[in-house]
Amino acid sequence: MASYDQSKIRNFCIVAHIDHGKSTLADRIIEQTGLLTSREMQAQVLDNMELERERGITIKAQSVRTVYRAKDGEEYIFNLIDTPGHVDFNYEVSRSLAACDGAILVVDAAQGIEAQTLANVYLALDHDLDVFPVINKIDLPSAEPQRVIDEIEDVIGIEAQDAPLISAKNGIGIDEVLEQIVTKIPAPKGDPAAPLQALIFDSLYDSYKGVIIFCRIMEGTVKKGTTIRMMATGAKQEVVEVGYFGAGQFFPCEELSAGMVGYITASIKNVKDTAVGDTVTDANRPCAEPLPGYKKVQSMVYCGMYPADGAKYPDLRDALEKLQLNDASLNYEPETSIALGFGFRCGFLGLLHLEIIQERLEREYNLDLVTTAPGVIYKVHKLNGEVIELTNPSNLPDPSEIDYMEEPIVTAEIMVTNEFIGSIMELCQERRGRYLGMEYIEGSRAVLKYELPLNEIIYDFFDALKSRSRGYASFDYDIKGYEQSSLVKLDILINREEVDALSFIVHADSAYERGRKMCEKLKDEIPRHLFEIPIQAAVGGKIIARETVKAMRKDVLAKCYGGDITRKKKLLEKQKEGKKRMRQIGNVEIPQKAFMSVLKLDDKK
Amino acid sequence: MEALLTEVVGRAKECAEYEVQTIFIGGGTPSVVDTVWIEKLLAAVREHYCMAEDAEISMEVNPGTVDLDKLLHYRNAGVNRLSIGLQSVSDEELKVLGRIHTFSQFLDTYAWTAEAGFDNCNVDIMAALPGQTMESYRETLKKVLSLNPPPKHISAYSLIVEEGTPFAELNEQKKLCLPEEETEREMYWDTHKRLLEAGYEHYEISNYAMPGYACRHNIGYWKRKDYLGFGIGAASLIENRRFSNESNLEKYTEEPLNCRQEAVSLTVKEQMEEFMFLGLRMRSGICVKEFEEEFGESLREIYGFVIDKNIRDGLLHMSEDGAYLALTDRGIDISNYVLAQFLL
Repeated sequence: MASYDQSKIRNFCIVAHIDHGKSTLADRIIEQTGLLTSREMQAQVLDNMELERERGITIKAQSVRTVYRAKDGEEYIFNLIDTPGHVDFNYEVSRSLAACDGAILVVDAAQGIEAQTLANVYLALDHDLDVFPVINKIDLPSAEPQRVIDEIEDVIGIEAQDAPLISAKNGIGIDEVLEQIVTKIPAPKGDPAAPLQALIFDSLYDSYKGVIIFCRIMEGTVKKGTTIRMMATGAKQEVVEVGYFGAGQFFPCEELSAGMVGYITASIKNVKDTAVGDTVTDANRPCAEPLPGYKKVQSMVYCGMYPADGAKYPDLRDALEKLQLNDASLNYEPETSIALGFGFRCGFLGLLHLEIIQERLEREYNLDLVTTAPGVIYKVHKLNGEVIELTNPSNLPDPSEIDYMEEPIVTAEIMVTNEFIGSIMELCQERRGRYLGMEYIEGSRAVLKYELPLNEIIYDFFDALKSRSRGYASFDYDIKGYEQSSLVKLDILINREEVDALSFIVHADSAYERGRKMCEKLKDEIPRHLFEIPIQAAVGGKIIARETVKAMRKDVLAKCYGGDITRKKKLLEKQKEGKKRMRQIGNVEIPQKAFMSVLKLDDKK
Repeated sequence: MEALLTEVVGRAKECAEYEVQTIFIGGGTPSVVDTVWIEKLLAAVREHYCMAEDAEISMEVNPGTVDLDKLLHYRNAGVNRLSIGLQSVSDEELKVLGRIHTFSQFLDTYAWTAEAGFDNCNVDIMAALPGQTMESYRETLKKVLSLNPPPKHISAYSLIVEEGTPFAELNEQKKLCLPEEETEREMYWDTHKRLLEAGYEHYEISNYAMPGYACRHNIGYWKRKDYLGFGIGAASLIENRRFSNESNLEKYTEEPLNCRQEAVSLTVKEQMEEFMFLGLRMRSGICVKEFEEEFGESLREIYGFVIDKNIRDGLLHMSEDGAYLALTDRGIDISNYVLAQFLL
């Protein structure tokens, strides 16, 4: 790699709406550039986390370097940076885009442009990337490539007549994609002799190598022995190794210079030293200023996470710290709950992100978690002029101290076929949406624009959208800002004791409905005790709903003779085991999953 | 039956040091087999085992499967206690239960037992049956108590719908019209009240007996006496090891002496647990001294916290002299809740 030609490098990513075939196309590109044999290919090479493959989505930005011999006889280095497709992960898309010079836009030949297609293309254009479209799934009976080509030209306004018509799944038309990568995506620029300026777009913790920084070299050169400095955090270390990425493998090399994408290791032990979005420079010959940062990451959804077993608190802390290394959008800080003990208030990009982190903590770190109801950040304006950013409902000041409260509002674009416009508008109304307008894309589809409170869409909006449009609606949103709103804290009392971990903030108009559902749900979750247990929902000390868990009446085995004893003992053991998974609150034992029940209030649909 | 005899004879060596106190022929319907087998079986026990002179020898009989002649043979073979599965006096309820007999067949059977010389009989009855009402259950109680002579022993069970049975399936589909749990408890305590008035003692959760007629065999299970089971799937407890026979008919008949599943040796902890959850089924409860003699540790030391908590909750009762610990009436209603706490 000592001598390489910048003009033979292509740094690009693939953007698409979810399920339009981005990961499959990535696989084909890797396959046909011959870095790996077919045998080495797993079903989806880039999706290397177990969880990703199960959910069929790409969570983490990943990157791979392959070599392509083009029709002009030259060898080109392709650095393909994969991006997630879900709306929760816009930030990850954004930071991956910043490492690229161009993007392939994949559009499904049957479905055409969807909400995230637009969102991702605009994001790519914002980063000054050259975008060329690819029409995928042309082998589907319902494919209408020409219609989609016209749609791309009309709606997005980019040239699409010579877009490759492909089937990534069946390997059709991939050659043309590879050629267009060479011809349509510009080669990187940058001076290898200039002071080092590299962008961290991802990182990974490895127990042998320490933190592995994934970066794009903008200017200059980095090699083993270079003392690097992270411009934002100030951390300094000597480089141990540089290299590039195979599929799931690291290949060390001599040096990385301007235009290249690769990794750096420098025995960095403290994960906090390598903030994603930071600029790496040479400590002895620093660049004048850091690269313009990525779009700043913002946690949108917060919830409390507690170890089911209080003794596992340090394990949870370590696990969160490790996950945060690979996921800059996760943040957390310690908190204490009367009901749940020591835990963390964690911030996520959205509910899917929350669920993924939760599952990873449980699977990869073997932790049993209790999670409280997710909420957004509210701004509480106090009468004394102080403004509190509230992430935990329990910290809401006394109502007498509050002047007013604000909640985050998003601007949402929902793309839907005409027949479902009515039901989707109804859904948006129910979620306190404010109608902004509607545009027809073509004869049969429209984009609905709404302003919606974020807390109305974090639970199950996406599911509701899908179920009310038979899967046809797609959705994307941007944070608009904060607006004053009539919000109240809903408290839950179990056996007349307030359970802090069950409180949540809700719009005053839906408090009664939510309180009632919550009580019903908890009534089913809490087992019968020796005594009757009232479950109450209250707003500002006033009870608005009540259910009762009746006292235990009968739990007795009629027969227990010689042949039954072993089996009956197992029964008792099971009963005792069940009690272990309970949280004691006052003299009531509450199953841990009850704390998540607020999430499932709308599951009747 | 051939295999069963082989097993009984073949195991005798293992039990040379034991004196047989009780025998129970049951589990299924032993009264359907030819009487000669029952005679052979008991003869074999007498020949190969050391039997106590006053051994209790019980046998289960179901109405509709016996006549006076069969009962006379049982009596001659040495059976001295019969357990008759009546369940209900309502033919309709019997039908739902899948029983082949009617109440009138039971009355015949019951009359023959006295004629054949049996004076120690148990009658099984059941509460909480599908379609059963408080009235129909009281009718069963009333008719059983007016039998002449009254049975010396009554086992009154509540129907428990076990997972994987046809009843469980019907119940899932809400096609099983089971009494409410409140009604079931009313049936239970009504039984208690009426049988006590009639002179019975309530000696275990589901068992009542005239003074001196409690089933010694079953008490053996709750006091963790050693017992040896013969036949398919039969369970045993010998010197704190629990084991069972193979429950496959073919395997059993092929090698009746070599079809035991692996034995489980009970740890001291497990023995204590069993001592408590079995012993507390008896209304007299567990004897504190017996616990301490058996394990060499104080009951308080091991279970003090659980005992105090449950006494506070009104579920356990300690006799005034501190000698016996027993479930209260309320404790019986939710005995699983209490007993589960005695698992260490």
